[in-house]
Amino acid sequence: MSLDLKVKIGLEVHCQLTSLKSKLFCGCSSNYRGKPPNTCVCPVCLGLPGAMPVVNRKAVEMALLIALALNCKIAKTTFFARKNYFYPDLPKNFQISQYDLEGGEPLASNGYVTFTVNKTRKTVRIRRIHLEEDPGKLVHPGGIGVSPYTLVDYNRSGIALVEIVTEPDFESPVEARSFLQKLRSILEHLGVFDGSLEGAMRCDANVSVEGGGRIEIKNISSFKDVERALSYEIIRQKDLIKKGVKFGMETRHWDETKRVTVTLRTKEEEQDYRYFVEPDLCPIVIGDELIEKLKKEMPELPDARKERFIREYGLPEYNAEVLVGERALADFFEECVKIYGKPKPIANWLMGDFLQCLHSLDVSVSQCKVKPEHLADMLMLIDKGDISIKIAKKVLWEMMKTGKTASVVVEEKGWRRITDEKFLLEVIGKVFQENSKAVKDALVDGKAIHYLVGKVMEITKGMADPELTNKLIREKLAELKND
Amino acid sequence: MGEKEKHISRSQVEHLAWLARLELTEEEKELYTQQLNEILEYFNRLSEIDTSNVPPTYHVIGKVNVFREDEVQPSLKTEEALKNAPRKRNGFFEAPKIL
Ligand SMILES: [Zn+2]
Repeated sequence: MSLDLKVKIGLEVHCQLTSLKSKLFCGCSSNYRGKPPNTCVCPVCLGLPGAMPVVNRKAVEMALLIALALNCKIAKTTFFARKNYFYPDLPKNFQISQYDLEGGEPLASNGYVTFTVNKTRKTVRIRRIHLEEDPGKLVHPGGIGVSPYTLVDYNRSGIALVEIVTEPDFESPVEARSFLQKLRSILEHLGVFDGSLEGAMRCDANVSVEGGGRIEIKNISSFKDVERALSYEIIRQKDLIKKGVKFGMETRHWDETKRVTVTLRTKEEEQDYRYFVEPDLCPIVIGDELIEKLKKEMPELPDARKERFIREYGLPEYNAEVLVGERALADFFEECVKIYGKPKPIANWLMGDFLQCLHSLDVSVSQCKVKPEHLADMLMLIDKGDISIKIAKKVLWEMMKTGKTASVVVEEKGWRRITDEKFLLEVIGKVFQENSKAVKDALVDGKAIHYLVGKVMEITKGMADPELTNKLIREKLAELKND
Repeated sequence: MGEKEKHISRSQVEHLAWLARLELTEEEKELYTQQLNEILEYFNRLSEIDTSNVPPTYHVIGKVNVFREDEVQPSLKTEEALKNAPRKRNGFFEAPKIL
């Protein structure tokens, strides 16, 4: 049997609306990260009896903005529904979510997203978008295998989540990953989401390989892991198919430490969630005026920004694509252009050494110590001839680690290029004295001059201006010849 | 009620009990199967009414678009939040281990 079997992947992405100040149904702060457990909680998000939820208006507007950006059809009327299941991360024993119901739909449906993968454009369909609340967080001190109990922190309980469900339109793990990156950039450009926050975007995936069953993978928390989990699962399924093993629908869990998927016995099926309309929340009627208002407020999205980068800054398409792939990076680029003025070298540095440094230090663009003015300062030092490209790379690395400006790094490290003729002539004089044989060789053979230049570089720790050094040595040799 | 007219089977009752995390004795399973079928019977009678021209009623008060603004309100103190918890530990609620 050929292993060239067709693969179909669909994603269910959960994004926190991290730009909100408060939770979806109560006034608790949504800024729960790093806070002691159970300090951002109230009767509503703890599910205490009698507590009444009220919808955050801004959350609905942000979700609608996302729906518009993903080209979705917006519902006229939408309801919240209770999804019932027992798990300690849900204090009410139900999650307030949305569901297809007679007379009401999820917030939005039938959209699409276009993205680039391996330099080709690909479009995937969005099935639906809805709002729901995030559950709390379970903690197992010492690891899930060791801890004798489960600890629960409800600070995250009730945080506004937007669930985005795609059709099974992806044909490979890398497509799924590229889509998520594009989605992240769109959400960041909308100003509703900060993807650098841990756990702000989580995702479930379903995979089916031709001839097999539909497998769901739960609990994937990073882009890299989406690709890994899907690749693992595809290989596993192809292997089963090759061996002739029959398998049906199943839910599996991604173990990010062992990097395998493991079977997850869920006895709950869709009908077991016993969805019904949330009686404590009124329906939401979405008027045309609101949609028009949101359309007017729609900020520039990555595709438009990419086109503008090509047009306005003369960047190659690929560079523009990479820069707008992350809002913070595109913002950094434009800030830097304002100061330094030459877009192309900025783009090259950002896409090369800058991203490499970030990657090795494992920090995001916004966390990074180098700011646009710092990079501009470094580029000006190159232009003035104070540092070479080679030294600039070292300078950038130092700036990343210390947060110092390029000028300070260059001064402190003594990395300024030496262009002082008097000083260089002194060094050359010394080199000539100590290397009389090399001098004799150089008088006969022009190529032997490299040895002398190398000696000067050695003494000046590579800081001597190479062109100037070369010129001065040639002049000195010419003098010797004439004597 | 004859066995054939039952709409909810004993295994469905067992499944429902599992969803509600309830442990039922054999007698209870028998009792609830009977009671649930009686309730279902009542709904079956309601279903006989023609409602094809009546839109579904999800809410009775008729209000729509009740919102709050995105403003932070004070939360509970941790001690208050944990006050009624039967088990707590270091500011967390403690639950039996979940597998
Ligand atoms: Zn709250």
